[in-house]
Amino acid sequence: MEITPLTITFGIFAIFALGGGLGVVLSRNLLHAALYLILSLFGIAGLFITLEAPFLAIVQVLVYIGAISILITITIMVTRRVMGVTDSVNNQWPVAAIGALFTFGAIVFVLVSNFHGRVAAGDVPADMIERIGLAFASPQGYLLPFEVASLLLLAALIGAIVVARE
Amino acid sequence: MIPLHWYLIVAGALFCLGLYGILARRNAVAILMSIELVLNSVNLNLVAFWRYLAPETVNGQMFAIIVFAVAAAEAAVGLGLIISIYRNRQTVIVEDINLLKW
Amino acid sequence: MLDIFTLIGDWITGLLESIGAGPVVIDLVFGFIGSFIIINFLLIMALVIIWIERKLIGRIQARIGPNRVGPWGIFQNVADVLKLMTKEIIIPTGADLIPFMLAPIISVASVFLIWAVVPFARTAVGTTVTVGVLYIVAVSSLSILSVLLAGWSSNNKYALLGAFRAVAMLVSYEVPIILMLLIPVMLAGTMDVLQIVEQQGIWYVFMAPLATLIFFVASHAEAARSPFDTLEAESEIVAGFHIEYSGMAFAMFYLAEFLHSFTVGALVATFFLGGWRGPFAAEVPVLGVIYFFIKTFAVYFINIWARGTLPRLRIDQVMDFCWKFLIPLSLVLVMLMVLADKVAAAVFPGYAAVGGFVDLLPRAAVLLIVNVLVGAAAVGWVIRQGRRERERLAAMEIAPIERPAAGAAK
Repeated sequence: MEITPLTITFGIFAIFALGGGLGVVLSRNLLHAALYLILSLFGIAGLFITLEAPFLAIVQVLVYIGAISILITITIMVTRRVMGVTDSVNNQWPVAAIGALFTFGAIVFVLVSNFHGRVAAGDVPADMIERIGLAFASPQGYLLPFEVASLLLLAALIGAIVVARE
Repeated sequence: MIPLHWYLIVAGALFCLGLYGILARRNAVAILMSIELVLNSVNLNLVAFWRYLAPETVNGQMFAIIVFAVAAAEAAVGLGLIISIYRNRQTVIVEDINLLKW
Repeated sequence: MLDIFTLIGDWITGLLESIGAGPVVIDLVFGFIGSFIIINFLLIMALVIIWIERKLIGRIQARIGPNRVGPWGIFQNVADVLKLMTKEIIIPTGADLIPFMLAPIISVASVFLIWAVVPFARTAVGTTVTVGVLYIVAVSSLSILSVLLAGWSSNNKYALLGAFRAVAMLVSYEVPIILMLLIPVMLAGTMDVLQIVEQQGIWYVFMAPLATLIFFVASHAEAARSPFDTLEAESEIVAGFHIEYSGMAFAMFYLAEFLHSFTVGALVATFFLGGWRGPFAAEVPVLGVIYFFIKTFAVYFINIWARGTLPRLRIDQVMDFCWKFLIPLSLVLVMLMVLADKVAAAVFPGYAAVGGFVDLLPRAAVLLIVNVLVGAAAVGWVIRQGRRERERLAAMEIAPIERPAAGAAK
């Protein structure tokens, strides 16, 4: 296994993603957890770039870091509890930890045993962006999920306004 | 070229970290952040499989884009619900929101 | 001989290959040189930009502006930078240190990152990303995060209030920006910024003047400049989200704001005014750089003009303007432009979507008519709304205030 610049880039972004994830679930201060979440999302955007999906990486930054993280941060600021410091985890955290470790072991075993050492089947075509755009607009492609997703977003918009109103 | 199973291990680890966060954290916003971690790990998995098994098609990226839209909608509604609960009960600790418990 | 950028590039590549560097190292070195040049150039430009702004605002306000430090006050900014560098960065008690220090850095970084995809000439661009337009939107949304972090970590309720209002306004004005960026993407058929400038046989401002105007207004609001600067209005909310910042940290917010306005000028110049295009710019790239900066400074001048002339809007007026006027207008404009474009392409035989100046004339004419009609309808609607509001206020019959007899209050 040679150490190419791609491997180093993958390593850096994987450390961002996993380190951020650890920070989210272990941090006592909720705002620090939100910052770790942003670090993790940024790491995943980097991993998308190493997977030659630049469109997805930029949409990840735009949607997750530029919108959802801001929503989460505002909610943390609005629902702040001023009475003392409470525990960050509940009583059943050992069971949760063992369950998560077991799930991780099962996932790794199944995936690695089936896909160990697989390399890429080919190259990504150069006009991938045009293909994505055409697929969103063609009835044989993904037109129906596109319209349903826009209906879903409309419903979420109306629902969030109604729920969070005074 | 990076072997496929490295991406799958990273995605699996993120999924399990998110799972631990959902099960063990007390604050509702922290649980929602862990749900976002899980959704991101799913996206990473989808795109890794797309790149390594069928890079000429658009299916992998389309699936991931729809997951983005669904995650955004779910985060918006979830956070609206949390703010509404905070207004009524003055708490966001999920253990204290137990009026319906028998 | 005339293409100086390619010449320098080839010379550096030859130099690196002669010491035996691989292609990856060459890419890294070019990336480093490119970012070094762009960042230093922008930081030096900041001194010029701020000087121009202060003199112009001074003249608009019937005063001279800085004229003591150096001839015509050109060293005023150097003095200001020295002052800010030597001031102490006061960290308030109870402030969270990591977001407090991170916020100005993210604010400045998000402005510098935009310049990576702006083409200065045909052969001089930071990097070509296939989704350049989306990249610009994504990194300008990072500045919203810095506002929120600054407001929260200052441990100050005015800062928090200012930060919430700022985030509400900035997030709302992103929508017209994205919608109006769809127009050059649609007209050029690609999201690559370099290609968008290449395709502008006719500048897009002549094909879509209303889109240019909406994009300019929304970007002006996104840069939080007057008349949209309720976020940091000194007379109202005492500097908003950056109250607690002093010294170099405040200097970074200050720098980010002015550079953001300059970047708005650069983006309008790139997407709508033809970027580096001009007479002989294709053969001599250095001329392209000069044309680009002339256009950028022209838009920046309009920016300063608006700032010095218009009064500040209230935050609810700002939000109403965005959600009730700009967003419906942009949606209608995008839909009608696309409809007109496709219908005209199907009806007229000689309708070309790409090409030089003469080929694009039918397309320009059709889209210009659509823009003028939508603009006239919008202006007519606004005038009718204004008339209705005035009638409503007149019908309310507000009684005159009872004044005490003159001399009784003395």
